[in-house]
Amino acid sequence: MGSQRYLVRKVLHAIATLLFVVAFNFYLFRIMPGDPITILARSQHLSRADIAEQIANLGLDKPLPQQLLIYLGDTFRGELGVDLRSGAPVSQLIAERLWPTILLVGISTVLSIGFGLLIGIKGAWQRGGLFDTTSLYTSLVFYSMPEGWLGMILIVLFAGLLGWFPAGQYESPADLTGFAHIVDVLNHLFLPCLTLTLGYIGEYAIVMRSSLLEVRGEDFITTARAKGVPDRDVRRRHAVPNALLPTLTLVFYSFGFVLGGAVVIESVFSWPGVGRLTYEAIGELNYPILQGVFLLSSVTVILFNLAADILYGYLDPRIREG
Amino acid sequence: MSAEAVPARDATASGEARAIIEVRGLEVGFEGRVGVLAGLLGRRGARARAVDGVDLDLYEGEVLALAGESGCGKTTTARAIMGLLRPQAGEIRFEGRPLGRRLRAYRREVQMVFQDPTGSLNPRKTIYEIVAEGLRIHRISQGPNGETEEELVARALSRAGLRPPERFYLLYPHELSGGQRQRVVIAGALVLDPRVIVADEPVSNLDASVRGEILALLMKLREELRISILVVTHDLGLAWTVADRVAVMYLGRIVEIGPAEEVLQRPRHPYTRALLDVVPEAGGIDRPILSGEPPDPTRVPNGCRFHPRCPAVASGRAARLGIEERCRTVPLAPLPAAQDHLVACYLAELGERP
Ligand SMILES: Nc1ncnc2c1ncn2[C@@H]1O[C@H](COP(=O)(O)OP(=O)(O)O)[C@@H](O)[C@H]1O
Ligand code: SF4
Ligand SMILES: [Mg+2]
Repeated sequence: MGSQRYLVRKVLHAIATLLFVVAFNFYLFRIMPGDPITILARSQHLSRADIAEQIANLGLDKPLPQQLLIYLGDTFRGELGVDLRSGAPVSQLIAERLWPTILLVGISTVLSIGFGLLIGIKGAWQRGGLFDTTSLYTSLVFYSMPEGWLGMILIVLFAGLLGWFPAGQYESPADLTGFAHIVDVLNHLFLPCLTLTLGYIGEYAIVMRSSLLEVRGEDFITTARAKGVPDRDVRRRHAVPNALLPTLTLVFYSFGFVLGGAVVIESVFSWPGVGRLTYEAIGELNYPILQGVFLLSSVTVILFNLAADILYGYLDPRIREG
Repeated sequence: MSAEAVPARDATASGEARAIIEVRGLEVGFEGRVGVLAGLLGRRGARARAVDGVDLDLYEGEVLALAGESGCGKTTTARAIMGLLRPQAGEIRFEGRPLGRRLRAYRREVQMVFQDPTGSLNPRKTIYEIVAEGLRIHRISQGPNGETEEELVARALSRAGLRPPERFYLLYPHELSGGQRQRVVIAGALVLDPRVIVADEPVSNLDASVRGEILALLMKLREELRISILVVTHDLGLAWTVADRVAVMYLGRIVEIGPAEEVLQRPRHPYTRALLDVVPEAGGIDRPILSGEPPDPTRVPNGCRFHPRCPAVASGRAARLGIEERCRTVPLAPLPAAQDHLVACYLAELGERP
């Protein structure tokens, strides 16, 4: 009973948030400075008539409420408008960039979560030991370092001085296929992926560490020890499962942000992902693209949050019943 | 010292009680905390001598209360007895042999109950899993008479007063009341058929209405299963209700120990006396009851460690009796473990009442 009500409440909440974000997205890009038509005119040398036609095409001559309705309709059909520069559908542009972004940001997120949680667990369990101290300070250093800067250092080191990896791009110009192509992409992927992973690890390690330290002090841990549960099992069966709960929210939150791409790192490494698309669109005030990316990442964040809530309710008996 | 003290209840009535747990010369200290920078520069905080020379016997089948104000080292003593802390000095013996070798058997025969039942139960495990855990750790798949795991769990739950036991199997701790949770903790201890239970303030986190029930349960376990119980409490009134013997602790030392009736009706240490003065006013004594600065285990006073707060010293009585100098400067030896009524106090040595 209780669990169903919990589920319904969470789903309704997610839907409400989604509607708000969609509406917000519409107004935000209409109150921002810079008129898309002027930009259009500048880049394409259009005549007055052409501009008027464009305005009509884009529906910008209609009253605002009507524009909103059209926008909502289009959005729910998956039409995110057209690129102001090329006239191509925004959804298609984003779709082309999705795969590189999933590859880069997705893998970095998975790696940093995996390593971060392991480091946090090991550190907290031997609190104050050599591993704990070293990993804590290293995590903090990478965490606080601007990621673009870290990326450039790695480029100078591994691409410039050592020449082990390419300094950017998704693949070599040569037309490779099959296995050779995969190796080539992985080769290009290595440096940006390393940068992001290093940058993200600290957050997970620190959150996991403090969460586990808190659980470690609880009496049920001492009770388990007093009953003779071996240290390894105290950690695996009692401490970590309880400490993972708060970390879960952070993990899902991060996955929610994957599709939004990594603006800085994709730009530094000329990686053709959603983040780089965003970066270019900002430069030319290409509103429909920004609007599309913004919508996409909001939706994924909301959905992943919902997933986290549902899973959380399933894993934590206190919430399940509440 | 008073030799007329004949321990009251059955365990010690024979006059020749057998100690199941013996604590000798126990000392536990905690490094003081310093800031990160000071720590890197190698500075150490003042060391807290939380337990500073404790000798204590727990006899078979008795309830022994370890009492004293908050911070006097009761919990630290209990945890050291459980082998959960490494003592700086001293020894714990179980059935006459040092712990080290027999830790596994010890973990089965000596069970601990904590103050806060909510914190002592893993929130993600069902009551059945929690109670059965002891059996699983010690690889007990059958009882002595061929009982199944489920039968053992059911018996432990009903012994702890949770009946019918099956109703509780699949519940989670948060679905129970505080009193029921403490019963689950006790069931988790009972399932292993322990010989000793160490209970650290087992009722002070519970509603007043269920305290009596839980105490009655502990006493029933002693009567019916002959489990020896060491109960730690800041509340002498509680010690009065449940204990055969009482040990009163002050600043890491036992200052008075003996049969409950003796110690509580005819206290001989000024500290015990002061504690008893506030017992009727209910609510316990977890607040300052004496003048003078509260005891600080990082700065143990010279002489008798109670002298800065001792009413006999403050009133000039110690001076009149010619012991004040000793109270202030000559340290008292730790009390040995014994069945008799023993007191560490110069005033008591003169045969004076506090
Ligand atoms: N883990 C610890 N680290 C540092 N000091 C501690 C620790 N545990 C207890 N102490 C100190 O040791 C003294 C005795 O504490 P405790 O045994 O908990 O007393 P009680 O149970 O009688 O209230 C207190 O001064 C307390 O501050
Ligand atoms: S020894 Fe002296 S200071 Fe200590 S309790 Fe006895 S009379 Fe008081
Ligand atoms: Mg305590």
